[in-house]
Amino acid sequence: MWSVLRSLWLVLMHMFKPRFTVQYPDEKPYLAPRYRGRIILSRDPDGEERCVACHLCAIACPVDCISLQATEDEHGRRYPEWFRINFSRCIFCGLCEEACPTYAIQLTPDIEMGEYNRQNLVYEKENLLISGTGKYPGYNFWRVAGVKIKDKDKGEAEREAPPADLHTLMP
Amino acid sequence: MNPVLLKIIVLVGILLVVLGLASGLIWLERRLLALWQDRYGPNRVGPFGLLQVMADMIKIFFKEDWIPPFADKWVFVFAPSIVMITVLLTFAIIPFTSVIQITDMNVGILFFLGMSSLGVYSVVLGGWASNNKYSLLGGMRAASQMLSYEVFMGLSLMGTVMLAGSFSLRAIVEAQQHMWFVIPQFLGFVLFFIAGVAETRRLPFDLPEAESELVAGFHSEYSGMKFGMFFVGEYLGVILISALISVLFFGGWLGPVLPPVVWIILKTLFFICFFILLRAALPRPRFDQLMSWGWKWMLPLTLANLAVTGAVVVAMRR
Repeated sequence: MWSVLRSLWLVLMHMFKPRFTVQYPDEKPYLAPRYRGRIILSRDPDGEERCVACHLCAIACPVDCISLQATEDEHGRRYPEWFRINFSRCIFCGLCEEACPTYAIQLTPDIEMGEYNRQNLVYEKENLLISGTGKYPGYNFWRVAGVKIKDKDKGEAEREAPPADLHTLMP
Repeated sequence: MNPVLLKIIVLVGILLVVLGLASGLIWLERRLLALWQDRYGPNRVGPFGLLQVMADMIKIFFKEDWIPPFADKWVFVFAPSIVMITVLLTFAIIPFTSVIQITDMNVGILFFLGMSSLGVYSVVLGGWASNNKYSLLGGMRAASQMLSYEVFMGLSLMGTVMLAGSFSLRAIVEAQQHMWFVIPQFLGFVLFFIAGVAETRRLPFDLPEAESELVAGFHSEYSGMKFGMFFVGEYLGVILISALISVLFFGGWLGPVLPPVVWIILKTLFFICFFILLRAALPRPRFDQLMSWGWKWMLPLTLANLAVTGAVVVAMRR
């Protein structure tokens, strides 16, 4: 009997406690910078696409929602011809971001992507590509990779020694 | 004014106010429960979410009015209306003020007890006609619960009747001019309140519809407005018991300064809120606990209360 009265009183006293509800559309909840929301493709500081079309994200994806077609520009730089993420399948696990060797694919703290038409959840490359660098401002994959591209020969990358001349390399 | 016209105005007024209050309770209950559970509750539709009731009504009216093919059709349709009829009929004897009362029966309390017994048929028949084992279990539970709680519900009121010397509710209120009956009849009040909660099948005594065990008990198969009638019937029952408590134990319309109507409304609303607080705070007992509590504790306590009150009344008369 005492416990009944006590619980009545305790519940009544909750009248004066703050409410936990966040009134969502009016009052946005705080999403951490590393929140796993809408996926984007970022660019390097030079404004070029970071994605090298290695397909690692597509392989890592547990629900197979990423598909892309690799191609090369005239200087031998790989990039995706098209890049497609089906967000109606995506489970926002972030494995694609972990798999990405060039920081190209990133998850952002944006969760408001509701659509009336399911087809609209299939994002193409122009929907995914942003003009900025995302979470890694200084990083430029092609400037540290030892691959020859348009304006960078082999051995000219950051912290890279010039290539050894094989013909002078005697034991 | 023409007395017949006055009567009709009072009748229609009570009907409208009570039905309006019953639908308003849907909103009030949800808001209060939310308040006590640190939430907001419905606050989107209209000011403070008040129009939520309208939205719910529109929704429930447009729902498919489905009768299961295995149900006993006529009883199935008729059952929800019984609870509405009996509860609404009982409002005829409630003296809201000395003027606002439909009829002052000299057996008012007996009428109320009879009507509340009839109300059980709604639940039992609803559970039976659904032709579904969970519904039937709910109906059976309702029947046995009502049976055991009605016994001491009637007896718990007899102390009040003895003090007032009348079954008429108006006479009972007028007998409380100097002292509310809750003071000499505190035990009677507590017992009647518990019985009332069981009578309206509200938490913590909502075993007939215990959703964690019986889906929705007696109204598992009901949908649309037939379900709505059970729902409104339950809220009407809450208002009825609250109004009766304020009339029988808290001096009805009597009170200083404010006009009588305000007093009865305030007292009734207080007990309605208490009903909701009970729902917010208390867990549901097991069915055998409920029954043994009723027969082994409540009934003997009521009988003791009755005997002591009787003895005191006789002694005072000497």
